[in-house]
Amino acid sequence: MEVHAHLLTASKIFCGCATGFGAPPNTQVCEVCLGMPGSLPVLNHKAVEFALKMALATNCRVNPESVFARKNYFYPDLPKGYQISQYELPLAEHGFLDIKVEGHARRIGITRIHMEEDAGKLIHSESRPVSCVDFNRTGVPLIEIVSEPDMRTPEEAVEYLKGLRNILLYLEICDGNMEEGSLRCDANISLRPVGQTELGARAELKNMNSFRFVKAALEYEIKRQRALLAAGREIVQETRLWDTAANQTVSMRGKEEAHDYRYFPDPDLVPLRIEADWLESLRKNLPELPAARLNRFQAEFGLPEYDAEVLTSDKTRADNFEATVKDFPHLSPKQVSNWFLDDPTSMSTITPATSGSLLTLVEKGTISRNQAKEVLKEVVATGKDPETIIKEKGLTQISDASALEVAAQEIINANPKEAADYRAGKTKVMGFFVGQLMKQTRGQANPQLANEIFQRLLG
Amino acid sequence: MALTRDEVLHVANLARLSLAPEEIELFTRQLNDILAYVSKLQELDTAGVEPLAHVIPVFNVFREDAVREGLDRDAALSNAPAREEGAFVVPRII
Amino acid sequence: MREGFHSLSISRLAARLARGEVSAVEVTEAMLTRIKERDGELNTYITVDEAGARAMAQEAEAMLARGEATPLTGIPLALKDVMVTRGLRTTCGSRILANFIPPYDAAVCARLRQAGAVFLGKVNMDEFAMGSSTENSAFGPSRNPWNRDYIPGGSSGGSAAAVAADLCIASLGSDTGGSIRQPASLCGVVGLKPTYGRVSRYGLVAYASSLDQIGPLTKEVRDAAILLQAIAGHDPKDSTSAPVPAPDYQERLGREIKGMKIGVPREFFGAGLDPEVAAAVKEALQTLTGLGAELIEVSLPHTEYAVATYYVLAVAEASSNLARYDGVKYGLRADGKNLLEVYAQTRAQGFGAEVRRRIMLGTYALSAGYYEAYYKKASQVRALIRRDFEAAFRQCRVLATPVAPTPAFRLGEKVDDPLTMYLSDIFTISANLGGIPGISVPCGFSSRGLPIGLQLMGPVFGEADLLQAAYAFEQATDFHRRKPPF
Repeated sequence: MEVHAHLLTASKIFCGCATGFGAPPNTQVCEVCLGMPGSLPVLNHKAVEFALKMALATNCRVNPESVFARKNYFYPDLPKGYQISQYELPLAEHGFLDIKVEGHARRIGITRIHMEEDAGKLIHSESRPVSCVDFNRTGVPLIEIVSEPDMRTPEEAVEYLKGLRNILLYLEICDGNMEEGSLRCDANISLRPVGQTELGARAELKNMNSFRFVKAALEYEIKRQRALLAAGREIVQETRLWDTAANQTVSMRGKEEAHDYRYFPDPDLVPLRIEADWLESLRKNLPELPAARLNRFQAEFGLPEYDAEVLTSDKTRADNFEATVKDFPHLSPKQVSNWFLDDPTSMSTITPATSGSLLTLVEKGTISRNQAKEVLKEVVATGKDPETIIKEKGLTQISDASALEVAAQEIINANPKEAADYRAGKTKVMGFFVGQLMKQTRGQANPQLANEIFQRLLG
Repeated sequence: MALTRDEVLHVANLARLSLAPEEIELFTRQLNDILAYVSKLQELDTAGVEPLAHVIPVFNVFREDAVREGLDRDAALSNAPAREEGAFVVPRII
Repeated sequence: MREGFHSLSISRLAARLARGEVSAVEVTEAMLTRIKERDGELNTYITVDEAGARAMAQEAEAMLARGEATPLTGIPLALKDVMVTRGLRTTCGSRILANFIPPYDAAVCARLRQAGAVFLGKVNMDEFAMGSSTENSAFGPSRNPWNRDYIPGGSSGGSAAAVAADLCIASLGSDTGGSIRQPASLCGVVGLKPTYGRVSRYGLVAYASSLDQIGPLTKEVRDAAILLQAIAGHDPKDSTSAPVPAPDYQERLGREIKGMKIGVPREFFGAGLDPEVAAAVKEALQTLTGLGAELIEVSLPHTEYAVATYYVLAVAEASSNLARYDGVKYGLRADGKNLLEVYAQTRAQGFGAEVRRRIMLGTYALSAGYYEAYYKKASQVRALIRRDFEAAFRQCRVLATPVAPTPAFRLGEKVDDPLTMYLSDIFTISANLGGIPGISVPCGFSSRGLPIGLQLMGPVFGEADLLQAAYAFEQATDFHRRKPPF
């Protein structure tokens, strides 16, 4: 896979223009990123630091000297007629990322990480045979992360991509937004018939701007290539686009021609020398990464590995969990974790203060678990705080034993067979009784109290 | 390493230069003259010689990550052969 | 109207301006009048900026009045049309940029504005600085003021001819393989190519980025020092700019050169050197000896490979540097059925034959399968050429050589023979490959009355050495005092 990530610098990689997404066309441009005659690039220091952080976080070997090169090709979104990239001496090489798919750990090799500038954007007119060029994105810093051909299934590819994205977010060097194109991926896929050692011809897949599309495109492509091979036909090495509407990959054949990028060192930029002490200080200041956090969550909060994995696989989720547990020490970390595992999206959306107060209400018995789930949905939908929602919906839990006892006795009377079963030792029937009581009270009964009452009445 | 007519056309395509028919012959001849002259470089043994890309040994030239005002849109577009609604316009890419 | 400002040097004109004997506005008006009346004969200007020049002269006047004058305040200059000037058409001598109005200033232009200089306009050049005769300009060739049937040299031919013909006081040119020194030699003026990285390239339209350097063309050596002083120094906008402070370039002018070791590379005096040029340069060496310099024979063994090296590296870089002229953002756009045709037609119609030839050559040298044999090989030979210089400068302070193998040739004489034209850069190209400074000073005339120049080359950042030696030579001779019959 080739993953491109926009680095979250304020200014572009080779000039001082802003990098923000969504500005009106050609309002974040200057003579440098427009490729005006005579203009020259100067490298953004922070972009290098961000790229180095990613290299360190993915266990790469940083090259002591790396060089920017020109990749020459003509395209209207490429104002200089070449893209400044790295070729022979990239920033970093030989890294890896560990992923886990269905409980199995896999190590995916990272071939290289290099820096480059993004191109502009083309907007194709629907009514006339013209395209409009917007150079705002031109020169936004990118890192390209190239993997080894180590992935065997679409699931592994998605996990790898998710893993990279997670690290980028942990490092706070990329916003990871695939829809806006801050994180883009191309996948090269080829099949290898059983018994063959060489990989077959590959197709390069593009235009997959979500994890879902990556998975779907790869699955489609495996099916397509398998069918061709089974029919004794050849796989053509080509670029194919994922067509979201048609749910299939489409050949770009005929629309691309053989490329000869004529790379050579860019004479306008001087070599990058990454001194050991620079690298060391970056390494020391790296934030805690997902793998380390996973271990710490198990050790510090006594969480099962599975919980820790789910929590740390998303930075916001992990941050919210940790803040909730720290700010509400009376809550059990495992209880909090359960909530995050049940509804990760909602729990990552609301603030730790809100989740803490919601879970506290459950713990105190003010509302039941089921009620709390309802409240959580409302909090996410309306942004109101849990107390207000509880008041508005009249969602207090009935914790008055005498009120519940009457209803419980009625249920026992109405279900003599179940009562007899219980008394005969079939304690599982208890669930039935509590369920009936919850139904009658429309979920407002305190389940623990209900349990106690039935035990007493049936005992 | 003599350049053939086809190679000249291939290079012209890479360089996005259309050549008039009479230019193809002329360029083929002239480029071959020059390449024949340039081939004298092959006489030299350069094994182990580090290629020289920069004559002044300067490394790590950076700018700080600060946003600087660029060109206003009118200035950016003022030389454009075709423009529309703040954008440069080109024939549709097929 | 007072006569004769146009023939003054920077330093003498500055003195008159400072004493109030003449105003910056008067000087500028006189120069504009002279250009209007006489430039038709030489075609040195592509664009004369009358309004801009007048405004700058007014500003200079104000600076002088405030006592804030610099050595360049009120001095009318001509800029080679390869440095971008904000709001003033910059063509690079090409059809493709015939209507290009840059939205920003080159670093050197900004510095000169600050110093209060006056820009008379933009002067002629070989298209994109590719050529040795100024015949490759889309705006017609310039002519040599010493004989209008002859070329002024190139690519900064407009600069050299304008300085020689007093159509400006001094000029800035650019030098990638000899483009300042060779026309200076052929027009009988002083031309200095600084060390690579000494002067910012920001806003210098690139031909070959690793070789290009801006420098002065002037009537006298002292003027070259003054103009270099104004433009030299580190520029954070040019990553290849040297972070080394510039010394005082006038400090050593007038110091004797007794005991200075001057290297004479034997490879520069072989076959192909015009006998009149050889004689003039040898006499110049005698003059230097007479001034107390010690001549040492040295060797630059890879000199014979310099032209070949250059015509791989320069054209490779050029093929990439000139890819931006595609008819999308600025410049000419030709019609076409589709984008590909627009590209190919725009570039075919916009670029002249020499530029297209070099783009083709460079594209080929970088293309798949040839990179190692051409680009990489040439980069290695470049390293050997650089080593030659390092070794030579362990033996001597400066090198003395001819600038060009012949005096100026006739217009049209070599246009159909690119390779022969390339070989006329044989003595100047090495300095660009080595990144070292070089200066051309007038050292004689041919029997036809055409100027001949002496080249002095120095080690990296050795401009002060060159200026010292060139000044001593100039003061001991009177070639610089002769005026063309113009």
